[in-house]
Amino acid sequence: MIFAVPVFPGSNCDHDMVNALRDVLHAQAELVPATTSDLSTYDAVILPGGFSYGDYLRSGAIARFAPVMTAVQAFAAAGKPVMGICNGFQILTEAGLLPGALQANRSAKFICQTSELIVRNTQTQFTTTYTENQHIQLPIAHGEGNYYCDAATLAELQAHHQIVFEYADNPNGSVANIAGIINRAGNVLGMMPHPERAVEAILGSIDGLGLFNSLLTNQGQEVTHA
Amino acid sequence: MYLVKVYVTYKESILDPKGEAVNDALHRLGYTNVQSVELGKYFELRLTASSRPIEAEVDEMCDRLLANVNMETYRYDITELEAL
Repeated sequence: MIFAVPVFPGSNCDHDMVNALRDVLHAQAELVPATTSDLSTYDAVILPGGFSYGDYLRSGAIARFAPVMTAVQAFAAAGKPVMGICNGFQILTEAGLLPGALQANRSAKFICQTSELIVRNTQTQFTTTYTENQHIQLPIAHGEGNYYCDAATLAELQAHHQIVFEYADNPNGSVANIAGIINRAGNVLGMMPHPERAVEAILGSIDGLGLFNSLLTNQGQEVTHA
Repeated sequence: MYLVKVYVTYKESILDPKGEAVNDALHRLGYTNVQSVELGKYFELRLTASSRPIEAEVDEMCDRLLANVNMETYRYDITELEAL
């Protein structure tokens, strides 16, 4: 399984992601520039955190029109796994690959801390190695991580079990404590917390490993609902 | 040539913590009669006429890039500029 990690101008968690994939998980991973227009040789795409294009205008608003995002749209439409972390999540919502939007934190502060999450859906190709309702510790680092969607969208998310991660102690004001969601098709996941920063004990947590191990175990195959 | 002034603001249901921070700062400066501050974005576009109606073009630009219609609304004024 070969991972592509697109690098936008202003991405800053791209190397952390490749470190997690290559050095910790011994998987194949390559950084690809935002000008890439073909991702057909890859098996999974992970949009990294950072401040793409300075996050000018809105977080992710300019990145979503980078050439690589046309390729990501096609990649996702083909049913292959796409994961967006932090700024990657913001890009996925701006691109319309996930519903809703990320607005400024309720406190108006940039929040950088370890956050406790609850895994609410383990029947996805990204989360099979967790147990349902497991509490995990992952770092968050964002100024605009306050997930917003309207009531109709929230009802859809709940009805189709698309809320994958919830905050135990909602730090940013997100609707329904949402920390991470998946699309209806089950192959596009976005989350504000950083699993790639929680892959070695020396980093304070290894709870992020579950996401990557799930992807590597499922090899891009949809998880059938029991 | 047209001058288009675009104003993007949050929908009413959306929190505006930056606007609240400015509101609080005005209060600290003694302007306690300020009831609320909404902080939005302002764009000035200068563009030439194309084959499409300018309103349709500006609507599309707002929907695709200038505003996030999940949480923002927009309005704009169009002025035709005299050719130099």
